[in-house]
Amino acid sequence: MEKTDLAHEIPESEKFIPYIVNPREDTGLYNAKFGIWLFLASEVMLFGSLFSAYILLRVGSFSWPVQSDIQNVPIGAVNSIILLSSSIFFIRAWVALKADDIAKYKKFMYLVILFAFMFLTLKGVEYYQHFSHHEYPKTSVFLAIYFLMTGLHALHIIGGILVNAYYVGPGMYLRAKDKQWFINRVEVAGLYWHFVDVVWIFLFSTLYLF
Amino acid sequence: MGGNPNSSQSHSSHDHSSHSDSSHHQSFWSQYVFSTDHKVIGIQYLFMSLFFLLFGFCLVLLMRWQLAYPGQPMPFIGKLFGESNMPGGVMLPEFYNQLGAMHGTIMVFLGVVPLGFAVFGNYLIPLQIGAKDMAFPRLNMFSYWLFFAGGLLMLSSFFLPSGPAGNGWTSYPPLSDISHDGQTVWLLSMFIIIISSLLSSLNFITTIFQMRAPGMTFERLPFFVWAQLTTAFLLLLAFPPLEGAAFLQLFDRLLGTSFFLPSGLFVNGQVAQVSGGGNALLWQHLFWFLGHPEVYVIILPALGIVTEIIACNTRKNISGFNMMRYSVIFLGFLSFVVWSHHTYLTGMGTNITAFFQTTTMIISIPSIIIISALFITLWGGSIRFNIPMLFALAFLPMFGFGGLTGLPLGLAATDIPLHDTYYVIGHFHYVVAPGVILGLFAGIYYWFPKATGRKMNDVLGHLHFWPTLITMNLVFFPMLIQGLMGVNRRMYDGGATYLFAHNVLYWNVIETWAAYILALGQLPFIFNFFYSIWNGEKVTSDNTWHSSTLEWATPTPPPHGNFIKPITVYRDPYSYSLEGAPKDYSPQDQKEI
Repeated sequence: MEKTDLAHEIPESEKFIPYIVNPREDTGLYNAKFGIWLFLASEVMLFGSLFSAYILLRVGSFSWPVQSDIQNVPIGAVNSIILLSSSIFFIRAWVALKADDIAKYKKFMYLVILFAFMFLTLKGVEYYQHFSHHEYPKTSVFLAIYFLMTGLHALHIIGGILVNAYYVGPGMYLRAKDKQWFINRVEVAGLYWHFVDVVWIFLFSTLYLF
Repeated sequence: MGGNPNSSQSHSSHDHSSHSDSSHHQSFWSQYVFSTDHKVIGIQYLFMSLFFLLFGFCLVLLMRWQLAYPGQPMPFIGKLFGESNMPGGVMLPEFYNQLGAMHGTIMVFLGVVPLGFAVFGNYLIPLQIGAKDMAFPRLNMFSYWLFFAGGLLMLSSFFLPSGPAGNGWTSYPPLSDISHDGQTVWLLSMFIIIISSLLSSLNFITTIFQMRAPGMTFERLPFFVWAQLTTAFLLLLAFPPLEGAAFLQLFDRLLGTSFFLPSGLFVNGQVAQVSGGGNALLWQHLFWFLGHPEVYVIILPALGIVTEIIACNTRKNISGFNMMRYSVIFLGFLSFVVWSHHTYLTGMGTNITAFFQTTTMIISIPSIIIISALFITLWGGSIRFNIPMLFALAFLPMFGFGGLTGLPLGLAATDIPLHDTYYVIGHFHYVVAPGVILGLFAGIYYWFPKATGRKMNDVLGHLHFWPTLITMNLVFFPMLIQGLMGVNRRMYDGGATYLFAHNVLYWNVIETWAAYILALGQLPFIFNFFYSIWNGEKVTSDNTWHSSTLEWATPTPPPHGNFIKPITVYRDPYSYSLEGAPKDYSPQDQKEI
């Protein structure tokens, strides 16, 4: 985030609620960025509790499958690359937006959404493979926690797609009201998107490997 | 980059902002129902949570009849509950369990926590930090409506053919995994309530960090705001694990998984057909990881309220205010590592037990510092015994007593014989009912004039206070005696089947009638509350109690946007009886003392 000139006039959008657009001096953050970090902290606790549950179930189990044997590791690896790439695209989209290059912003945002759909498609292929091998959530505790954690993550991806699609589609009108405010909104959506990607890295290494 | 030519077209939800809004016309719906104003939302929460408190209380009044007179038909209203719940007016065990589970759930998640956190937090945090509203007003409204939906869903489970969940407010598996549909609704409803409180807490923290008025440094925040800040962090970080646990249990119930069901589980004398491999203890850990911070979520807002009232009504600064702030932060951190003192009975091993015993003993230190600081504040103060102060003063010993009775439960050796007895019920009800609820009542009486412009009646206040204080003790103190005698807390006949309990069974009758008188004792409050909204004595000053904190610098009642002039803060929150000051209080926003 670039350094903002703090000796600014109060923009019209901040007359009622301050620090929507410009960061507050002592915290160095605008409200939404503060809020999204708190939200991500709670998300860490949500996924953290599920990872803890995974550890407790695995340590307490009589038999645990060799995960890489029943998982499609190549698809999982490709999915990791897809999500990481989409994160990079998101940063490029945000940089383009800050530089007022709307065409480029839209191009990269569409790529983000496209890659998210590719991720979901591959995830669906994996689920399909599991179901066709008669591997369901109730088959074993490992599959249960696998479906639960990846399913919850997929819900987060879908949520991200909705937000990102809004900011590249119908939400573009917000930019006409206050450009910096819109840049902030996209930045916050990006923080969420990066978080969802990072969760996948943990999921991949925990549920696919060793 | 903020000043672009288009910014003069301001955002529609903010354009009615910078002036005081007495002249501003909004429709009834957007002003009172779908309002984004933190004060309106706080009052919406107030009505909801008071309703749930009353409702949860009524549930336990039914249970108390069964405990005092097991197997006898309930007079007058017994027939109303249907043949499936109370055939011939006699309560069935299943119905008793459902009432117990719903009493706990409703009181904790829909009554006390919203009342302490959402009501007072919403109404007072922006006022006390000198802000016009919350950082995210629309998110705030969304939180309320989620809470509303979750509460309705919880109530709707009473109309299920199977009835509501009946597995205790803790919903321990395996029982909760294999029980009827009420439990699924319980999980879904909890899920919605959790999201609601997550969004609220996120909003509160952002507000406290971002929206403070110029000069309102962290050192100058009132203790109430500190308490709410800590509470919000606890809700933000402790609730998600219960959300995760709710997912796991929903999977168990709906998709046939076995997260919480071990292999070879016996149900009704037969091996249950479950996929197995799970661990019932996992739920207990996830639940109590929320559950223990939840205890502080219940307590801290009340502590904050009581601190405000005591500072104002002793006309002096809080003694050891610094220590109180550090204590509350320390307490917040530590409350994340004490949860397993709820599960000593599970045989989790002496090493883990030793750890949690130690942290549990340590966490009593900050609580005692806070209570001691409040007691010491009374010394040398010129105390005004008005109604809020009476409630606040009663809070101190009652809460202290509740805390002290908890010490034997924090140590495994004494917890193991006491854990499943009425002693535990007595202990935590002392913390919550004569402790926290009295503190919350104090807050209602104290800030009522700010919210309505009228005071609540003093005579009715006394009629509310004294019966409430006395009967609460009559209800809960005998439970400690019964518990020490070993009476199990989950017996639906109150212990009548056990010979050793017979010496203390007569207390059941006393507790029950004390509870009924306690219910009658709330009638003056209910009447007073509604009567005073329209007919109470009008206040003559914006600063009813001559307080120095910022919420009294607003008009009465505060308009949308709260303050009619820009606020700058010059001094500490409890600036009472300063040397050289013309009055015995020096408001935070006045430059000269």
